[in-house]
Amino acid sequence: MRLQDGAELAGLPAVEAKNVTKTFGAGPDAVVALDNVSVTIGQNEFFTLLGPSGCGKTTLLRLTAGFEMPNAGSILLEGQEVAHLPPFKRPVNTVYKSYALFPHLTVAQNIGFGLKMLGRRRAAVEETVTAMLKLVRMEPMRNRKVHQLSGGQQQRVALARALAPHPKVLLLDEPLSALDLKLRKEMQIELKRLQLETGITFIFVTHDQEEALTMSDRIAVMSKGKILQIGTPTEIYEHPVDRFVADFIGETNFIEAEVTQRIGNKGEIRLPSGIEVPRELGQHVAVGGKVTLAIRPERIDLVRPGAECHLAGKVENIVYFGTDTHFHIDLDSGGDMTVRVQNRRGAQDVLKMGDAVGLRIAPEAMQVLKD
Amino acid sequence: MATETADTPSAPPPVSTAAVVSGAAVVAAELERRATVKRWLLSAPALVVIIGCGMMPLLIIFAYSWTKPAEYAGVIWKFQPDAWVNVLFQEDLFSDALSPNWAYYNIYLRSVLIALQTTVLALIVGFPTAYFIATREERSRNAWLFLITIPFWSNLLIRIYAIMMIIRDDGYLNHALLFLGVVDQPVPIIFTNYALSYGLIYAYLPLMVLPLYASLEKLDFRLVEAGYDLYAGRWKVLWHVIVPLVKPGIVSGSILVFIPAIGDYIIAQILGGGNRMMLGNLIAQQFGTARNWPQGSALSLTLMAVVMIALVIYATKSQRKRAA
Repeated sequence: MRLQDGAELAGLPAVEAKNVTKTFGAGPDAVVALDNVSVTIGQNEFFTLLGPSGCGKTTLLRLTAGFEMPNAGSILLEGQEVAHLPPFKRPVNTVYKSYALFPHLTVAQNIGFGLKMLGRRRAAVEETVTAMLKLVRMEPMRNRKVHQLSGGQQQRVALARALAPHPKVLLLDEPLSALDLKLRKEMQIELKRLQLETGITFIFVTHDQEEALTMSDRIAVMSKGKILQIGTPTEIYEHPVDRFVADFIGETNFIEAEVTQRIGNKGEIRLPSGIEVPRELGQHVAVGGKVTLAIRPERIDLVRPGAECHLAGKVENIVYFGTDTHFHIDLDSGGDMTVRVQNRRGAQDVLKMGDAVGLRIAPEAMQVLKD
Repeated sequence: MATETADTPSAPPPVSTAAVVSGAAVVAAELERRATVKRWLLSAPALVVIIGCGMMPLLIIFAYSWTKPAEYAGVIWKFQPDAWVNVLFQEDLFSDALSPNWAYYNIYLRSVLIALQTTVLALIVGFPTAYFIATREERSRNAWLFLITIPFWSNLLIRIYAIMMIIRDDGYLNHALLFLGVVDQPVPIIFTNYALSYGLIYAYLPLMVLPLYASLEKLDFRLVEAGYDLYAGRWKVLWHVIVPLVKPGIVSGSILVFIPAIGDYIIAQILGGGNRMMLGNLIAQQFGTARNWPQGSALSLTLMAVVMIALVIYATKSQRKRAA
């Protein structure tokens, strides 16, 4: 919410997609890549499109870059319709998954390519290239050819090349997916730093939920050509709107509950164990209807059997993860649940397989899903 | 420790060691000899072809070029460097003074210019063709390539005669133009430089298209996309991204077209009408009506040397560039 307000203060949104539909192919074989998608991305925002492969996130990126034309709807850059503009006339640059660096040019020539094509004077190009090399900490590599660089270095050059013309929006198409874990973590921090230093709007495409959570100002979770939820990392993680979002981001337990009462938005739901809990409810459920609750494993406390709790069960399995331990609990009311306990409490030594336990859940951690 | 070492069975008496070593050496030498024989036997067919069919004829014409022409073709085996002198100079009939052989210079220049022109035009026509094929779906590419190679299935001579039937004064093209009322007199096309160029491009275009296609097919089109993304329009992408990346294809295509074009004989003879003489015709004439085999040999070797020098210069230049 905070950032949406910020965007409005800064003037027009950086990118606005309005009712965009994109299909590939025709006739019965046609694939709908984007289905009536609308999204507004503010100035200076680090915005992430998150979803599994084939969800349409890359298509939305390519539409913004100009490599695809929408079948319907419009795309606006700072309030200006660009759907008819070819890629080379849009003030938008892309960092590709494959980096797509020009192998026949040096590092400096790669970075200066965009400015040269824009017809900037040689001295100005040189100056920007030097600044960019410094920004991505690649000054000593200036005259290397691309094939002489490591994957991480190529990644930096690709970033510098896309940033050099100072685009209004930088599009990043899973740029970290080819890097190993350690380098990926470094580049996550690096990307965030670059975004803050340059003040350019970043649109970042990834299928990695952790990447999305750590870097983004806001995230749009996509599936099957639709945006399911847009929100800050906290909103997405703590309050997923439906089963897909809850399941895609982090680990989640799902349990069914029955609505027993409702007054306005407030109501009571009955857990399978028979215990009733007050919750806020959406418009779609009536008394007697079923709702699905999403509960994060780390929001559940294990208590002694008989103590006050929401659900009860037996320890079915214990998996030690170093920082924490996962307990798989067979619920007495049917189904199972995963509970994550931090190891500093020493819980992993107290419980054994087959022990009876109670599960206590903070009411606000029971997220009522839309479906 | 010392006794242990002496007792080890792996330390044999000195005499037998020498025997084993010499025996092993004999076996090794025998194996080595067999390997050598095998190597030579395996490469024999290639050596026969290269030496017998490639080098021998060249050596023969090299020898011919230093001899005296016989009166009715053939050579008299007597040393005479006249043929080589005549490549550049001509002897005055009466005074034996040497003067530049302008008639030959003309032919050399025309050959080089026509070959260059053919190469450039073939590149201009061939590049879009190859690009078109390389950007088709994978399944249909082979069909397009197949179409490109079809002309190779029939003899060049026949195809050139067929072109002659089309473009001669009462050929199909002029008939059509007259019938349509575009012209009221047949347009003279055959026996002009246009006819010659057309024939050369037609004959050697596939040699340009195929290597270009091979390069373009390997081209990473994500780089083209990156070019568009970085503010390069269509022509800038072509010049700054595509051309540098497919340069190997452009070079090999150009070499493959230039070499046969500069030595062409058939096309210049039929479509050029023989009065647009090129090096190939001059050489043929020396072996034919002029009955001067030494001269023909010297001219052939000159042509070969010029092409080879050009290629060597190109190769060293590009190698130095790669090293830099």
